[in-house]
Amino acid sequence: MIRVALPGHLRRLIGVDNEIEIDIDGTATPQSVVDAIEARYPVLRGTIREHGTQKRRAYLRYYACEKDLSHDSPDAPLPEAVTSGKEPFLVIGAISGG
Amino acid sequence: MTGVRVLVGTRKGAFTLTSDGKRQHWNVSGPHFPGWLVYHVKGSPVDPNRIYAAPSTDWHGQMIQRSDDGGVTWTPVGNEFAYTGETGKHLWYDGTPHPWEFKRVWHLEPSHSDPDGVLAGVEDAAIFQSADGGGSWRELTGLRGHTTASAWAPGAGGMCLHTILVDKSNANRIFVAISAAGAFRSDDAGQSWRPINRGLRSEYIPDPDAPVGHCVHRIAMHPRSPNVLYMQKHWDVMRTDDAGENWREVSGNLPTDFGFVVDVHAHEPETVYVVPIKSDMEHYPPDGKLRVYRSRTGGNEWEALTNGLPQQDCYVNVLRDAMAVDSLDPCGVYFGTTGGQVYSSANGGDSWTPIVRDLPAVLSVEVQALP
Repeated sequence: MIRVALPGHLRRLIGVDNEIEIDIDGTATPQSVVDAIEARYPVLRGTIREHGTQKRRAYLRYYACEKDLSHDSPDAPLPEAVTSGKEPFLVIGAISGG
Repeated sequence: MTGVRVLVGTRKGAFTLTSDGKRQHWNVSGPHFPGWLVYHVKGSPVDPNRIYAAPSTDWHGQMIQRSDDGGVTWTPVGNEFAYTGETGKHLWYDGTPHPWEFKRVWHLEPSHSDPDGVLAGVEDAAIFQSADGGGSWRELTGLRGHTTASAWAPGAGGMCLHTILVDKSNANRIFVAISAAGAFRSDDAGQSWRPINRGLRSEYIPDPDAPVGHCVHRIAMHPRSPNVLYMQKHWDVMRTDDAGENWREVSGNLPTDFGFVVDVHAHEPETVYVVPIKSDMEHYPPDGKLRVYRSRTGGNEWEALTNGLPQQDCYVNVLRDAMAVDSLDPCGVYFGTTGGQVYSSANGGDSWTPIVRDLPAVLSVEVQALP
């Protein structure tokens, strides 16, 4: 079980107030985590990764265990603390606006 | 008609403003999609309970939301706008070729005959069609595939397809406008297109009367006179009487002919409204006075409508999709400002009152007459 913290706009779209929990078959990676999120919540397709290219949207970041994983390979395994459920996988919106 | 519903898109969500036929007392609902940029919200002419909205953010891209109960509840529908075939390139700001990239939906145009039918005008400029209530979108590729497309270039606001007009008496005829490519017409339901810019003159492009490259801000049509179009160009208010074959300037006595909105009275095809803006460098009304100008002669002769509008220290803008008319009698006219006001007139513009004063910056205004 992996805990995922989504930005507020996305939590509202899927009607949750807090973290979500997902199960991954095989190796947990940023790619497989977002695959699982989109499979459970199709409304989020295109909101974390771009349609078509499946690239992480430019103004979002992936964090975990106090590290920025955004520029790692999307197929790199997530830290054990995330896969064990001890730490959440964070999808963060860039600071923006005024 | 029992009332009206004004649909307002803002920089931080959408709002619905409802009133009875007198249009004096209003109920304000929202924000819907709080925090999202809502470029446009528009209802189906066939089913007023069916409303489409286009929220987007830089973080999460584009959503399309649909309501089937008049804007009380909303459901996210399809948000994949994939260019079909070769992506192609247009000119970038520096004059180099730049690949087409989808950025957002600027305008939604529901069908006159089918509540599930809707067109979407997007940035980078293209037109998409949905036949299933927004569930899926298919590009009408003839426009982006036009032979001039590689020479199109963005205006300051991006290369956006912001205006879609469908001839109610002939659904095969569609007009669109693109900043900064100009106006185009299809006579085969969007399969093929041709520029309709003869008569436009724009000093800010190398060839001022080129076939494409004009920064058209808005086009308006009266449904009973579909061959007559009015245009607010970057500078110049224009008119055509032959469905865009030839345009002529009708700016007449306007204090400035820069602006964004233009619209036509619901019952008088020769009565036209614009909101003059000082200049391309200063996007606010001249002299700090917010004035709607009305022509009852199809252009050239304009009168200032000021009753109820601020006549000092007003420095808001009125964006291209932020004016609408209702079909009640007398005709109601509505517009929203970047200062968050939505003004209404229940008497064709003779007098104005603010429905709301403190919304986020208004991006679009549409109105529905409720049965």
